[in-house]
Amino acid sequence: MSGVLHSSPFIHGGNRVDRLMRQVLLALLPGIVVATALMGIGVLVNLVVASTTALLAEWAMVRIRRRDAGAVLADTSALLTAVLLALALPAYAPWWLVVVATGFAIVVAKQLYGGLGQNPFNPAMVGYVLAIISFPREMTTWPTLGFPPEVGIGQQLAIQFLGAVPPDAVTAATPLDSVKTHLGMGETLSEMTTASFLGTLGGAGWEWINLAFLAGGAWMLWRGTIRWHIPVAMLGSLATMALLFWMVDGDRFASPLFHLFSGATMLGAFFIATDPVTAAASPRGRLLYAAGIGILTWLIRNFGGYPDGVAFSVLLMNMAVPAIDYYTRPPVFGERQGDDSDVA
Amino acid sequence: MNGESPKPVTWETFAAGLWRENPVFVMLLGMCPVLAVTNSAVNALAMGLATTFVLVASGLLVSLLRAAIPKQVRIATYIVIIATFVTIVDYTIQAISLDLYNALGAFIQLIVVNCIILGRAEAYASRNRPLPAVVNALGMGVGFTFALLCLGGVRELLGAGSLFGVALFGDRFEPWVVMLLPPGGFLVLGGWLLLFAWLRRRRGQAVSVEGGTCHTIR
Repeated sequence: MSGVLHSSPFIHGGNRVDRLMRQVLLALLPGIVVATALMGIGVLVNLVVASTTALLAEWAMVRIRRRDAGAVLADTSALLTAVLLALALPAYAPWWLVVVATGFAIVVAKQLYGGLGQNPFNPAMVGYVLAIISFPREMTTWPTLGFPPEVGIGQQLAIQFLGAVPPDAVTAATPLDSVKTHLGMGETLSEMTTASFLGTLGGAGWEWINLAFLAGGAWMLWRGTIRWHIPVAMLGSLATMALLFWMVDGDRFASPLFHLFSGATMLGAFFIATDPVTAAASPRGRLLYAAGIGILTWLIRNFGGYPDGVAFSVLLMNMAVPAIDYYTRPPVFGERQGDDSDVA
Repeated sequence: MNGESPKPVTWETFAAGLWRENPVFVMLLGMCPVLAVTNSAVNALAMGLATTFVLVASGLLVSLLRAAIPKQVRIATYIVIIATFVTIVDYTIQAISLDLYNALGAFIQLIVVNCIILGRAEAYASRNRPLPAVVNALGMGVGFTFALLCLGGVRELLGAGSLFGVALFGDRFEPWVVMLLPPGGFLVLGGWLLLFAWLRRRRGQAVSVEGGTCHTIR
């Protein structure tokens, strides 16, 4: 903290909730473009379905709660929840799955708790977790990544809206899933180095999507939309855990690069864990919170029942936020070190 | 126990447990079986009937013996009485359907410590004559069964696409597995509590619970 005292009058920095949300949406664009290029038009279909559901659900709930619907919808936080959730869902997700997950995120995880600012859990991740627990088959059927995407627009729409089953040739498990399956079959990672699901950095194809989200995140850091604590602590702890175990047994544990550039790592670190409502409040608290997410993500990826662990880790650490905030309260002005006479 | 006054048995004696003092939706008692065994309508119904039987039988016996039970050891006595009937239920279900017995698991034996039953024995049966005690216990039992069925029905419908084992939707229906898992129990219970709280508020009905143990649980 700087010791310089500034006196009034102050000028409002111009930051408003809707402006912040728009910046985050803008920063997601490179990721959306790359994901669409590699996975096909399903990404956009998911975005449209999720956004429509989210806005309708938000509007209905705000009306039921007798608030000003126009003002609430204008802050675009529902739209951001929908976009984050849509990006986490597989591009072959049937339309009803997207509707159920988004509706649950907005109605239960956000509005029932009292709307923006009141929800203890990240709404997008609550919707995602509901979907992956309820519909594991749909949630683990991903397209094979490639440019241009292998599925035509007509076929893609038939899969998502008419219930057509995507042909095996164009579906794949995610790289995280594949590595887990192959390890389970007794293979070592060095035997897998030539496998098609591994790319140069992380999972094949997924590395580009992660790089795009990293670029968007870097832009947000530069703009001051988010601060460095959460992404750095989450990526740092994930990489540290991966590095330690990879050095001990590289055949059993994937490299730090693989963990950083596979699955939802970058999306989670820059866009999901940084949600100001559900993250810890103080910089010290945020470091702890995000480090917890990184460590839990690594643990769930290696020892859990699900291939990726970002969503579960975020929700688990959301649960720990009240405790973290309690123990990392910054000293009140005038309070001396070790003087806890007025701290409960 | 001395402040006993002969109350007339009215419809209200029975209906209290159904709605105004519903053990699950109003008093939030017995959450353990409510959440744990309601993953299908059949389990919910069986659990509800078993609990109702124990409620009525122990209510009758406690009421009959109320003058003989020393105040200092009354809780222990109630537990012995309740445990007797739970043992009967336990063996009966085992004899009727082993599948059902396995599905309900430890929760049949755990009826012994179900706070609804102990609460009724302490708050009502030990202070009233046998007839009102039985009627009141029956009302509570029916109310409890109704609540379990509310949860079990919704959870089976969404989680398996069936009701009482009969598939209702076609093959296109994708079951919500989460509804059969513990989170589903909490979600559906929350949904029903919301609905009933809303209904009560609409009626402008003040919640006040008679019987001495529970006052205005909201």
